[in-house]
Amino acid sequence: MKYVDEFRDKALARRLAAQIAEEADPARSYNFMEFCGGHTHAIFRYGVQDLMPENVNFVHGPGCPVCVLPIPRIDNAIELAEGGAIVCTYGDMMRVPASGRNSLIKAKAAGADIRMIYSTQDALRIARENPDREVVFFAIGFETTTPPTAVAIKQAAAEGLRNFTVFCNHVLTPAAIQHILQSPEVRELGQVHIDGFYGPSHVSSIIGSAPYEYFAREFQKPVVIAGFEPLDVMQSTVMLIRQINEGRFEVENQYTRVVTPEGNAHAKALVSEVFELRRMFEWRGLGDVPYSALRIKDAYGEFDAERRFTLTESRGRDVKGCECPAILRGVKKPTDCKLFGTVCTPDNPMGSCMVSSEGSCAAYWSYGRFRLERVKEAAE
Amino acid sequence: MCLAIPARIVEKTGGENAIVSLDGVKKEISLALVADAEVGDYVLVHVGYALNTISPEEAERTLSLMAEMGLAGEAAE
Ligand code: SF4
Repeated sequence: MKYVDEFRDKALARRLAAQIAEEADPARSYNFMEFCGGHTHAIFRYGVQDLMPENVNFVHGPGCPVCVLPIPRIDNAIELAEGGAIVCTYGDMMRVPASGRNSLIKAKAAGADIRMIYSTQDALRIARENPDREVVFFAIGFETTTPPTAVAIKQAAAEGLRNFTVFCNHVLTPAAIQHILQSPEVRELGQVHIDGFYGPSHVSSIIGSAPYEYFAREFQKPVVIAGFEPLDVMQSTVMLIRQINEGRFEVENQYTRVVTPEGNAHAKALVSEVFELRRMFEWRGLGDVPYSALRIKDAYGEFDAERRFTLTESRGRDVKGCECPAILRGVKKPTDCKLFGTVCTPDNPMGSCMVSSEGSCAAYWSYGRFRLERVKEAAE
Repeated sequence: MCLAIPARIVEKTGGENAIVSLDGVKKEISLALVADAEVGDYVLVHVGYALNTISPEEAERTLSLMAEMGLAGEAAE
């Protein structure tokens, strides 16, 4: 596939690995957090960590939108479906654990009308086909999935599709990165040491590279916007190492084939027409993060599920023993969790990090497990 | 969830929609977010929408920068 295969080329990967080995100073270590689940996935799938020298490490961040949604919001989505609405959502959400071992897929099996969709256009179609039912789109995701939701809301308004609403859970990347840098684990306790960041690929294609300028300066950490292919991650690693070695902390862009400083102006304008900042939003793993999420503006209030329906405040919490919250902050690794690979597997996930292929636990299980077994075999 | 795939626009189907080719597989998507994309352009497709167009010149430039790297290491081997 064009723009994919060339960025997975083995010979180039070897060269980039040689360059990293040459430039990484053996007297120090380099810990880089990849914010996005897309990077986590690429690093595991292509074994990028194996190509790195010992002193270059990846710290996996909270950038999987499925993983950071707290249980009470999933409980609310189930509540809407059990109350008689058709709830539409992206496939990744279906198996995420809710309270009391429930999930959207289990609620569906028990008779609730929950439908998996590929695009917000599908949700609109379902609303048109069912004029006497309430159709709620359970919207999740970072800045990449927000513009498609904005398009759907504007379309529903233009068509007068009154039975369509959105249960909005869209969250913002820069706010979360800043929150991590201000967290006690990073600042006071020093448990997580982060020298720099791989900036999100597709999120940045919408918001541009400019929004990261503030915290690169403020926290004195380099940020390199990196593409999602393995060679992109490796080239970005060279760029981060150079910044550290030269004492710079700038925002650089490796993913220039898609990302510009301004991003997609048209998409940004649509988003700001329909959405506004929420004062506070709870993230799984990070807790309450100020101004880190969006809600629907008054002008489009009639399409807001939170205004149309009364939702119970759920007190649902993660399964006991699940370390997702600490993993999402980069404090623990999946293998630190007692449930990992025994009680909790992708077929029977206990926590959100095991559900999506971008979650750290799922990535460890799918790609890391076999490697560990191979190591064991070799040792026997 | 955040995965997006490069695809080539093969036909504009009216309204804001277009048919793209994803590795030979044809699919209808929305161009609502990339108003100026044309037939033949590569776009990044995510949840049924094109998020942005891909710049062929920048892709070439990135690949040639990569190709320049690691030459020192190779010469030393
Ligand atoms: S292995 Fe399962 S239970 Fe443990 S942290 Fe990961 S998702 Fe949670």
